[in-house]
Amino acid sequence: MSTVALAVRDSGTMLRRSLLRMRRYPSMTFMLIGMPVVFLLLFVYVFGGTLGNGLGAASGGHEAYANYVVPGILLMAIAGTAQGTAITVAMDMTEGIIARFRTMAIFRPSVLTGHVLGAVVQTMLGLAVVVGIALLVGFRPNANPVEWLAAAGVLAMTGVALTWLSVALGLAADSVESASNLPMPLVLLPFLGSGFVPTESMPTAVRWFAEYQPFTPIMETLRGLLLGTGIGADAGAAAAWCAGITVVGFLWARRRYNRNTAR
Amino acid sequence: MTSPSRAAIHVSGLRKSYGDKVVLDGIDLGIAEGAIFALLGPNGAGKTTTVQILSTLVDADGGEARVLGHDVAREPDAVRELIGVTGQFSAVDNLLTGQENLNLMADLHHLDRPARRRRTAELLQRFDLTREAGKPASMYSGGMRRRLDLAMTLVGNPRVIFLDEPTTGLDPRSRRAMWDVIRDLAADGVTILLTTQYLEEADQLADRIAVLDRGRLVAQGTPDELKRLVPGGHVQLRFADADEFRFAYQVLGAPAHDEASLTIQVPNDGSVRSLRALLDQLDHACVEAVDLSVHQPDLDDVFLALTGQPDRERSTTR
Repeated sequence: MSTVALAVRDSGTMLRRSLLRMRRYPSMTFMLIGMPVVFLLLFVYVFGGTLGNGLGAASGGHEAYANYVVPGILLMAIAGTAQGTAITVAMDMTEGIIARFRTMAIFRPSVLTGHVLGAVVQTMLGLAVVVGIALLVGFRPNANPVEWLAAAGVLAMTGVALTWLSVALGLAADSVESASNLPMPLVLLPFLGSGFVPTESMPTAVRWFAEYQPFTPIMETLRGLLLGTGIGADAGAAAAWCAGITVVGFLWARRRYNRNTAR
Repeated sequence: MTSPSRAAIHVSGLRKSYGDKVVLDGIDLGIAEGAIFALLGPNGAGKTTTVQILSTLVDADGGEARVLGHDVAREPDAVRELIGVTGQFSAVDNLLTGQENLNLMADLHHLDRPARRRRTAELLQRFDLTREAGKPASMYSGGMRRRLDLAMTLVGNPRVIFLDEPTTGLDPRSRRAMWDVIRDLAADGVTILLTTQYLEEADQLADRIAVLDRGRLVAQGTPDELKRLVPGGHVQLRFADADEFRFAYQVLGAPAHDEASLTIQVPNDGSVRSLRALLDQLDHACVEAVDLSVHQPDLDDVFLALTGQPDRERSTTR
């Protein structure tokens, strides 16, 4: 069997293992989907009235804010799932079966690609739920099918990037507890970007960080695709950030995994 | 020793350290195809590290290790094609059922669906797990989990199997069942390297035994050869006073003794017949012992005989 065929087949097997494990342990998936939904409802119904008026558009309030906040909530959902992946990977590495995989003549990174593919499936399912609820609470995108598809592509690309990073964090963590803490900044990044309020309203230092951190161009691209605001250079920046994070996460994860196991 | 090309496992000068701690200090092993070979030693002797190096989990610092002619450092994938490993900690996926665990192994060995169904059904049957196949492995007992673990190892029909303390933590019945499984595997021509802390287990199963102590091989041979190195069973007699002690010492033909504690050690296999003979001998000479204890040979004796010091860890935990 060629290396590519072996890689595809073994990664597929490991993906099935990841999905089975998620089904056996559904509380994690529910929590990962539940958290962004709670934040969505909180921001639309509790803070949305005031924050919506501050956006400076003709119509303010809950409706305007529901439209504004969804990209931020989507990124939060992706970051939350990434945190879950780091925990899952760190837990998996404590299991004896990983040593078994290492002694088998299989495509070596398939343990990792299985986790990544499984997490991306989990992320996309979670995002579908979040978008569905967003539509119910007043999110009114004006995207055509192509723009929807492109938005899904941006989300998947972001999901892949953050998942590889979180797999690396899960492998680098010396315990399951630290695996759950390491990706915490990812969940906060949408707040320190254009996720919840426009960056123009922030003090200079925070604003500078907010405009140059990876989540902002991704959120602006999503806004542009779904709501018709301008995209400009954000699409290119978003793609570059995702590609960069994916490569770094992949190389880091592979290096950690290939290290000697005896601790 | 078997020549490198013919041996299932050939190891020479194997070394490994973790930081300052030398775990393996130059190990040589030769294991013939189809043999059961036991690595005997206490915790921390280097048994697990040896298995980890031979099963490509850990790189050695020095020396050479070959499995069926393939170098474990240079051709790890060729080695992985031929081996199966059942480690000390169960290598099953606890969230999956027994059937799903076996399916996972079959898929990773690239069996097609009919072959997968045949092979997994056969292994479930063989390891008496058919009834529990649909339950998650986390609900299995220790013995069942160990059986599933070994069944997973066998999915790929390995030619060499490493069993790291396969019966540690099992109740006596499960232990005997595991021994039967291991014997059956060897009867099929599979080479088995097992590690154990129990002389009895090595004695029961192995064609050859190597005794490992703090990273060095202190003896290697058949169980009988090894037992000849061990002082063997003895009876310890204690006497009331120095006169009685000295008299008994002469009567019994100057055996091992300790004058301070007034005890004498007489070689004895502990059977009723030989104990009666010993007591008769004392009776005839009108010597009376105040205390008698029978001592069977065990790993402590092997260590005492081979290294000149008792296996500290085990003796302190008693």
